[in-house]
Formats: sequence, structure tokens, C-alpha cells
Amino acid sequence: MDAKILIAQRVAQELKDGDLVNLGIGLPTLVAQFLPAGMRAFFQSENGLIGMQALAEKAAAFEDLTDAGGTPASFIPGAAAFDSVTSFGFIRGGHLDVTVLGGLQVDEAGQLANWMVPGKMVPGMGGAMDLVSGAKRVIVAMTHTAKGEAKIIRKCTLPITSVRRVDLIVTDMAVIEPTAEGLVLKEVAPGTAIEDVMAATEANLIIAADIREMSLSA
Amino acid sequence: MSKLTTLAAAVEKIPDGASVMIGGFMGGGSPHRLIAELVRQGKKNLAIIANDTARPGIGIGRLIDANAVVKLVTSHIGLNPETQKRMIAEEIEVELVPQGTLAERIRAGGTGLGGVITPTGVGTVVAEGKPTIEIDGETFLVEKPLKADFALIHAVRADLFGNLQYQLTARNFNPVMAMAGETVIAEADIVVPVGMIPPDHAETVGVVVDFLVARKG
Repeated sequence: MDAKILIAQRVAQELKDGDLVNLGIGLPTLVAQFLPAGMRAFFQSENGLIGMQALAEKAAAFEDLTDAGGTPASFIPGAAAFDSVTSFGFIRGGHLDVTVLGGLQVDEAGQLANWMVPGKMVPGMGGAMDLVSGAKRVIVAMTHTAKGEAKIIRKCTLPITSVRRVDLIVTDMAVIEPTAEGLVLKEVAPGTAIEDVMAATEANLIIAADIREMSLSA
Repeated sequence: MSKLTTLAAAVEKIPDGASVMIGGFMGGGSPHRLIAELVRQGKKNLAIIANDTARPGIGIGRLIDANAVVKLVTSHIGLNPETQKRMIAEEIEVELVPQGTLAERIRAGGTGLGGVITPTGVGTVVAEGKPTIEIDGETFLVEKPLKADFALIHAVRADLFGNLQYQLTARNFNPVMAMAGETVIAEADIVVPVGMIPPDHAETVGVVVDFLVARKG
């Protein structure tokens, strides 16, 4: 299975009926496709809409309705639009249940770095710093390694996004929960051994007593 | 009274070196005609305050392409490699601001507040050199207000007095920037006579709008 699809499917299991959810640009956007049947989540797009959904047909594209990446989008009945001040009021104000973000690095303290590689790549933080500071639950969705390099490391070497400890890390190899004691390895992907995960991770991992195989459906 | 003017006359009021807020989010809800006219008139040394610089050839990206920008206060340039290249080459001075903080700093500038007290950015490089404050045991960052010489706004509908309405995700930074520009120029898809926008539905109040440009014509 494609690594990104696997990650998106596993993250979708974390969402609850009625949740207000913000999905980052890229991989996290895929999560919306894998919501368990019958479940309804409200997706916020930080450019000013709650109730966004993917565009069903290209012909319906409308220039004043896009997702946060600028791609034409659509909305569900009951959706509401608002300006950027209000949008970030939802995010910082404790109204957002879950944010799913990509990551460059996560460390043993559960701190995320995802907005710049000094001198090389400077996308900027966009809404990420507000999202990590303000969402009730922060889920990092990322590939376990990048070009063979570990991304789950002892201490972030890139500028961090927030001092906050993220709540869950979902990769193509594992599900890891950052806790006050350290990073707890809770699940491994189908066909992945615990030793494989350890070898691809620089940080120390605490193996959960009830470690199990990643479940991809409810 | 009518604030309607021509595209060229509106943009001629903006001198080289001006600070300019521009509404829009990845090109959506940007005043595209005003941007194109800034390029056509060959403006230089602009200090732009905007959420992002869209992509090369699109929206605010066109000002980057035209080498019209020397300073940029923004939250995200990830989809415009040209802006990143010029930032790394130190051709454009870029201040990266968390998006929610950027919105609130502009709001503070336009509404007379002395700054923004936010949890966003505490303990990160964004906090370097800035004061923090403790409130009920929690640490917050103090961020300064933002104002600009000009604000360039896109609206879906305007009356001749400058009352403005927006729609969907083309709203974004437009209403808050309309309060924070010393001179406000609005570009509207549709311009209607005064009275056609009912008082309860004027999202930006016409008193802050100085000049109005129709999207077409």
C-alpha cells in the first residue's frame, strides 16, 4: 500500500463524530477521504470556511471558494464562511478538536518542527504555529524517514513549531504517542517488525505493553 | 457621492517605497486588477504585508516576479519558490509571522490597540527579541500592531460610497486590512448604487474606503 494512503487511513480512525478538524496542506488533506462510514466531521479551512469538502466535479470550480492550498473546493449544507481573524479565533480559542499536520522532525519531548530548513527551504509557518498551540489534539502525519534519515529524533535540530507536546505521531511504520515519560510505540504497520521501527528511529522508544498491529478500519 | 475612479488614477496615488497591505489567500480574494496595474506602472521598493505571495505569475506573486518588493511581512511562501529564492539571496527582507498573529496584528493596527498578546510562538524563534507576559500563570508573547500607507482590497460587491461585501474564502484578510490602511483602495466585482447594500449587510463600512475601482471597465 502507498505510504501516504496508509497514514491517511490510520489517522482517519482517530476522528470522532462531530469533530471540528483542520487538515494541513499535502498528506493530511487525504485523511478526509477515509472517514469511517456514517461519521460526520466538520472540516475547517483556515482561509475562512467550516464545512469544506472536496470538489465533486471540476466544472463546478468557483474562484472564490478554495482550500488553503488554493485548490477549488466545495462545502456541505450548514457550512459558514468568515474572515482570517475569526478563522484563527476558532484555532487559538479552543474550538478546534483536532489538527492533522505534516512534519519534518518530532523529538523525544514530542515537539514538532515543520516550517523551515534554514538556508534551504523556507515555506514559513502559515497557520501551523497557531494550530499546534491552540488545537485540542495535534496529530502529526508523516513518513517515518526522509531519504533514509530518521525524522523521529532525540532533539529537534530544525526550528520548532511550538513548545507544546503533540498528541500522536502516525507514520507509514508506526503509531507513536508522546508522553511525559517519552515516546511510546503503540502500533506497528502491517508487515513491519518492532525492530524495523527501532532501526528507523533515532529517538528512544518505550514499547507499549499492549503493542499491536495498526488497525486501518473501525 | 461616488468614490469610483479609474484603475490608473487609483494606482498612481501609490508612490515607490510605500507600505501596502494586499488582501487574498493563495490568490483567492486578491485585487488582481490593482496588482496588475502596480506592475504596469513599474512600482519599486514596495513593502508588502500579505498572508502569502501565491505562486509565480499569480496574484501577489506577480509583484515578486516584477522585482517590485523589497520587504515582505507574511505567513507563508511555501508555494512560491521565487519568493524563497529571493529571501535566501537577501534580495527581499522577509519577516515570517504566524498567520493568526498576522491577522491580529493587522486588527490591532486598524482598531487602535497597542499590540497582541498571544500564546502562538512562545519558545520558538518567532519569540526572539520580543517581550513576554504572564497572565494567570500562562506565558504569552507580545506582538506589535501593523499598519500600512495603503490597503488594497478585493470585494465581491461595493456600493458607490464604498460599503463592501465579500464571499466565501475570498474574504480572508480583506475586511481586517480595510481598517488598517491609511488610504484604502477597493476593487469590486460588482459596483451598485448607494442603498443597494442594506446597512445590516455592509461588511466593510464605506467610511474607511477612499477609492473604488470596478473589476471590469
